[in-house]
Amino acid sequence: MALLKETDFGTPAKQGAPVTLTIDGVDVTVPEGTSIMRAASQIDRPIPKLCATDSLDPWGSCRMCLVEVEGVKGTPASCTTPVRAGMVVTTQNDRLAKIRKGVMELYISDHPLDCLTCAANGDCELQDMAGAVGLREVRYGMDGANHFEAESRKPVDTSNPYFQFDPAKCIVCSRCVRACEEVQGTFALTIDGRGFASMVSAGTQIDDFFSSECVSCGACVQACPTATLMEASVVAKGVPTRSVETTCAYCGVGCSFKAELQGDQVVRMVPQKSGGANEGHSCVKGRFAWGYATHKDRVTTPMVRDAITDPWRAVSWDEAIGFAADRFKKIQAEHGKGAIGGITSSRCTNEEVYVVQKMIRAAFGNNNVDTCARVCHSPTGYGLKTTFGTSAGTQNFKSVEKADVILLIGANPTDGHPVFASRMKKRLREGAQIIVLDPRRIDLVKSPHIKAAHHVQLRPGTNVAVMNALAHTIVTEGLVDEKFVAERCEDADFDRWRAFVAEERNSPETLAERIGVEPETLRAAARLFATAGNGAIYYGLGVTEHSQGSTMVMAMANLAMATGNIGREGVGVNPLRGQNNVQGSCDMGSFPHEFPGYRHVSDAATRDLFEKAWGRPLLAEPGLRIPNMLAAAIDGTYRGIFVQGEDIAQSDPNTVHVTAALEAMDCVVVQDLFLNETAGYAHVFLPGTSFLEKDGTFTNAERRINRVRPVMKEATGLSEWEAVSRLAAAMGYDGMTYASAAEIMDEIAALTPTFAGVSHARLDSGASLQWPVNAAAPDGTPTMHKDGFVRGKGRFMVTEYVATDERTNRHFPLILTTGRILSQYNVGAQTRRTENGRWHAEDVLEVHPHDAEERGIGEGDMVSIGSRIGATVLRATITDRVPQGVVYTTFHHPVSGANVITTEFSDWATNCPEYKVTAVQVTKSNQPSDWQEHFRDVHERQFVVAAE
Amino acid sequence: MKRQDIVRMTNQIADFHRPYPREEAVAGVAQHIIDFWDPRMRADLATQLAEDEAGFDELALAGAKRAAQKQAAHA
Repeated sequence: MALLKETDFGTPAKQGAPVTLTIDGVDVTVPEGTSIMRAASQIDRPIPKLCATDSLDPWGSCRMCLVEVEGVKGTPASCTTPVRAGMVVTTQNDRLAKIRKGVMELYISDHPLDCLTCAANGDCELQDMAGAVGLREVRYGMDGANHFEAESRKPVDTSNPYFQFDPAKCIVCSRCVRACEEVQGTFALTIDGRGFASMVSAGTQIDDFFSSECVSCGACVQACPTATLMEASVVAKGVPTRSVETTCAYCGVGCSFKAELQGDQVVRMVPQKSGGANEGHSCVKGRFAWGYATHKDRVTTPMVRDAITDPWRAVSWDEAIGFAADRFKKIQAEHGKGAIGGITSSRCTNEEVYVVQKMIRAAFGNNNVDTCARVCHSPTGYGLKTTFGTSAGTQNFKSVEKADVILLIGANPTDGHPVFASRMKKRLREGAQIIVLDPRRIDLVKSPHIKAAHHVQLRPGTNVAVMNALAHTIVTEGLVDEKFVAERCEDADFDRWRAFVAEERNSPETLAERIGVEPETLRAAARLFATAGNGAIYYGLGVTEHSQGSTMVMAMANLAMATGNIGREGVGVNPLRGQNNVQGSCDMGSFPHEFPGYRHVSDAATRDLFEKAWGRPLLAEPGLRIPNMLAAAIDGTYRGIFVQGEDIAQSDPNTVHVTAALEAMDCVVVQDLFLNETAGYAHVFLPGTSFLEKDGTFTNAERRINRVRPVMKEATGLSEWEAVSRLAAAMGYDGMTYASAAEIMDEIAALTPTFAGVSHARLDSGASLQWPVNAAAPDGTPTMHKDGFVRGKGRFMVTEYVATDERTNRHFPLILTTGRILSQYNVGAQTRRTENGRWHAEDVLEVHPHDAEERGIGEGDMVSIGSRIGATVLRATITDRVPQGVVYTTFHHPVSGANVITTEFSDWATNCPEYKVTAVQVTKSNQPSDWQEHFRDVHERQFVVAAE
Repeated sequence: MKRQDIVRMTNQIADFHRPYPREEAVAGVAQHIIDFWDPRMRADLATQLAEDEAGFDELALAGAKRAAQKQAAHA
């Protein structure tokens, strides 16, 4: 439920030819297939209901929504009866009122009447319906058999940290069960028992909610019309009294939420039905894991220190900013303008990111700006710009509803992008097929009601070989969409590509051994993708974080073009972005070679535009990328860095190298919520703001620009963009005197053609917008490249497979690949400070049973995992999810040190690290690694805050 | 930057462009270095090339030299 309700039309919207009928004497026209209930709701004749809600298919069990239809015997349920042309419907008369009242009597006879002390008091649909039908007595008594009597009452299940289940209040409407199936697609709930003993049950009979397969997405809580499933925060605090619409701060899906509050205290986050990205759904992170924003670890006061071994000293904003500016200016005076730079954050708003890159380009006077997308989706930018002409995915999320075959590559959406995964699973249950390319058996290979047509369980590092084998099959078996290619793509490039992939060395048969997959599987997957109708490619970091990450993105683009799967709904090439504003931070000019809007710094006209607007000369040469900054720091030519909301000491590869580079610098400034691992090497800490305090916009993976609205005042007393603007001023640049975040967006829109029609006022007056938003597309662009590619014609690129230099050998015979888990997010800075830790208290190493047996490793043993770079110690879990020869872990906990092991190898075009392939050895261990001992020392020494 | 990193990165760029006709490949390697490498990285590359060309792939070498020529002409 939600206190501040969006209209519930009772059943889902339909698309179809218009049908006109009469309801209570009023003519109404709705699409064919619409229910009477929904049609009535649209003319303000809401029909009482309990088991119906418009996020779920009609069920017809509660018998509250009965209506009369002229010429029809009986009283059909309005939720399950579709409209017909000329139908005449009566929603209310004495007969219907009597039936409804009788039904409600039966419900209430088995429902405790503790309304005044109930957590849903004032926010209960059962209560509302009792009022609507005028219930005044219950002839059957109100005691019920399972309400308050100690001997008969079932206990309230409080095992889940975020919501409780009170069986006494359940009316068995099945909305929760259906939500788990239809919306989330997990099938964790069922109705157990028969007749009066029917009861909602999570998992098996021995399970509670926590131990069941429930993924805590909150869909059941959202669907429950009573207090049966209720947020723990509402039970504790009471119902909220006000609401602010905003955007989730976790993954790149960018779900819209209503923050529901009492005063300035968030009581709950409720997913918004009108949110284009999520349409009312949520996951355990966005729905429940927002408590970090007020966690005791939050630092809200600026701090400085002369040396990283000194204790932190709390100071005023002026002193902290002055300290940072003095050090940066001194470095530049002694070592040149290019000796400093900064990193923007994908967890910050577009406006916050924009001001950081502007500060670096205009106030620092160089292009040494990069962003955390460097280590995730920078190859996406390079590859899609080269082939299609723009650095972004081609579709909106809704597009998947029209896909017939999904090629999912190197992504694990049920963990990383759960709300989108639910959309995808729904489409798969409707009959679409999925081909999974992943070394690991992710849930979408096989889970309830989902079975991949093909699981291409490739050897890590052979992505491009697989794509070439698929392309070979398509080209040599005559499956190319010749018409599309002839009309939409560059001839010469296509001819060259066609000849290349047709070579025998790219055949499935030739490449099979290297890939580790039977050639017939590769051929069958290619045929399915090329012939099953709308083919959509979705991918994640399993594509980009390789030495051939950019090549692989281009190979996917080639495949989409060759099969004509671009430029309409249901198709496309779609990156699943890791963090909420990865797309936006890239759009905002965070790369060292590009101004906002992906325009190269060497382009004189663009530079002239920005020079005039910013009042400073700008460099025409690209700056340093993050790995280059770190290398230059070791060399001594790069000595100061501003790090916005990013934790490179945990997230970037080769941790020892990263921390050595940070130690070598004279001034490290960290702007963050917490003293993260990078802050252990910092001299200035500028406290950041949580998403609940920010005012601005995020741009999600579908290019959707969503408003982020402040729910509460900044705990720090200063917004992040104001702190950055003041630092720029202290550096001697007076071009950042904004009065509001809206003013920053106005400047972005004025200088960035794809954002030309975007403003806070526009976003506040309507829904979100997907860029480009300009004169040609004033309401945005849900589907890109419809009538032609942004670059004109699509460009096929030749994608030679080149094996990574990272090879297994007798010292390091296994391959480590890394990923993430549902309950944790990125470096865990946010989720580790919530109850989500109960699902994933530590990073574990997945080891195949054969590899474990060879090494004498048992379930739960501590093991050392070492590469040529470093070693750490983790707990092992034995599973055949990973193939023999491959081990897998996550990097959500700093002490795990997953990146102590990963190497300096990176993508050829972008330097995106090769996280997905590291040669390692695993052995049993009974003590922490040397690095872990060092880590503990650093924490004791470099995270000390002086007493006030 | 370390020599081994400079050599590896340059060779990787060459690996991508190798399937293209020679002139296109050399130009592609050169333009990539110009478009994406900071001047100090290009200076490091020039230093390493001047010291010893060993380890550089032949196409990488040609591309790196072309990049240096283009930069010199532009300066």
